[in-house]
Amino acid sequence: MSRRVIIQPVTRIEGHAKISIQLNDAGEVQSARFHITEFRGFEKLCEGRPFQEMPGLMSRVCGICPVSHVLASSKAGDMLLGVEIPAAAEKQRRLVNHAQVLQSHALSFFHLSSPDLLLGIDSPPEKRNIFGLLERDPDFLRRGIRLRQFGQRVIELVGGKKIHPGWSGPGGVHRQFSTAQRDEVLKWIPEATESLSMALDRLKSLLDSFQAEVEHMGNFPSLFLGTVNSDGGLEYYDGTIRIVDGAGNTIADSLDPKRYYTYLAEASVSDSFIKSPYYQPFGYPQGHYRVGPLARLNVAKFAGTALADRELREFKQRGGGTVCESFHYHLARLIEMVHAVERIEELMADPDLFSDTIQAKASLNRREGIGSCEAPRGTLFHHYWVDANGLMTRANLLIATGQNSHAMNQSVDQTAKHFLKHGAHGAELDQGFLNRLEAAIRCYDPCLSCSTHALGQMPLEVELLAPGGAVLQCMTRDE
Amino acid sequence: MSFLDLDERLIDLAGLVDVCYSPVVDTKEFPENVDITLVEGAVANEDNLREIRLIRQRSKVLVAFGDCAVTGNVTALRNLFKLEDVLNRSYRENSAVVSGMPLGGDGIVPALLDRVLRVQDVVRVDYFLPGCPPAPDAIYAFVAELLGGHAPAAEGRKFGT
Repeated sequence: MSRRVIIQPVTRIEGHAKISIQLNDAGEVQSARFHITEFRGFEKLCEGRPFQEMPGLMSRVCGICPVSHVLASSKAGDMLLGVEIPAAAEKQRRLVNHAQVLQSHALSFFHLSSPDLLLGIDSPPEKRNIFGLLERDPDFLRRGIRLRQFGQRVIELVGGKKIHPGWSGPGGVHRQFSTAQRDEVLKWIPEATESLSMALDRLKSLLDSFQAEVEHMGNFPSLFLGTVNSDGGLEYYDGTIRIVDGAGNTIADSLDPKRYYTYLAEASVSDSFIKSPYYQPFGYPQGHYRVGPLARLNVAKFAGTALADRELREFKQRGGGTVCESFHYHLARLIEMVHAVERIEELMADPDLFSDTIQAKASLNRREGIGSCEAPRGTLFHHYWVDANGLMTRANLLIATGQNSHAMNQSVDQTAKHFLKHGAHGAELDQGFLNRLEAAIRCYDPCLSCSTHALGQMPLEVELLAPGGAVLQCMTRDE
Repeated sequence: MSFLDLDERLIDLAGLVDVCYSPVVDTKEFPENVDITLVEGAVANEDNLREIRLIRQRSKVLVAFGDCAVTGNVTALRNLFKLEDVLNRSYRENSAVVSGMPLGGDGIVPALLDRVLRVQDVVRVDYFLPGCPPAPDAIYAFVAELLGGHAPAAEGRKFGT
């Protein structure tokens, strides 16, 4: 008899989600899906408010990557003003974006995913968390905490606040960066570099023991989309969009992010608050693509910094042109952190950064503005429409995690089909199986608050459904 | 996230408390007899409503943690509009393909409440820790006083960062 299994809440991710598994009459997995259950409606609730308010408001989409929303929003505002911002403002924004990639990836790798990696994916759930890790390997965890602290501290030094910094807006930034602040940033660099080198060695040494997960927990060809600079290198703040396929072919290049709506579109579904964007020429759902660390390393020809380039060359050898295993998001994240630390150090030597010319002043010059950047989880677009007084009439936000939603479903489906075990009484849902489903999602480090513009934490629930749709088993961690 | 900005003080705190239910641990069911629960976020859908009542029932001290829990804040801004209009903007006007609308009632996606509520609109709240987000120092001071058996006092403290 067919049945549906629900896992709820999904834990060690940002936001609220469930997984449902539909079994057929033979007790085999027919399909498995990931559902996001929170929604806030920023695209509507911003209406009637001045566009200058948007960086502060849109920042509240997310507590992990508020900086990305501040930047995309500020850039949409720059376009509404019709200005080119001063060099110091652009460099401060770049600096804070690198710091955010660092802190957000540290959270994903050390706080959320390393319990699976270091304690084992089948280890007891009550200990499989940062507190269990604290008992097993306090030095590893402390280094992770301090890497996140470094990123957050840079954001605080530049932006005045760790979460929801209000320093950037249409036309530039509001605070000058000082040499005393530079000196503090520089003090963190050696430790950060050492910690990342250690983490990379550790992860690479563990990969052999996760061979089944690498191969069957989200390994499929797809398109990959990311921003690159004018030389085709890794870029986070401003560049053009490149799309490659699973075989390493470039599908599209030099696309203008300000015209995203001419090549990307979104699809709505009834069983999740997350939408599925797709590449228009390929249609829906064939045009689905992945974004974020794995996609960025797949689309970029080089990183542009010494240590990250060495790692990137090695990384690219793992795939035939494109690395398709979502498990390698973890490795990609560490390489991006190495790059972020190198870029932060590089910026400290840039005299432009310290200038007191930080704001381009203008009144409203356009009625439509689009801003994009690479958020930790992938490419982010903010699209605003305003009236003659600069009051918002409409907004569209295309969020990184949303762009990975189809891939997350595919990962969950593949994982369920490969890892479900069968005993005398049919399908057996053990803790290792449940955790693999969640770990498949954790690879993407989804920010569900962002993806649905929602707020709050969501647990994961797995439901086992009968062919008629009846819930046969609902699995939680405590069972 | 601001809680994690306690950084290495998290390690000190780990020695004092047993974190039994949190987004960072794998427990799926909210446990019985919890001493202190920090609740973040406003009450926006039927799942939230059910969870907050269960949490109140099973917690000795319930803290509304952050501005969304305390006042509704940004989450409650949608109360200025009709829910239908808010959903239509995201899932119809901003979508090229509409294969369905996430309206709930399918046992998967929870139905949204017509109006977003503050935590105190639904259950009794013992303490309010405001801020968007609450500052890490405020969180630490607050939790330290609660753990020390003192009632945290707001007098003379700065909030609202």
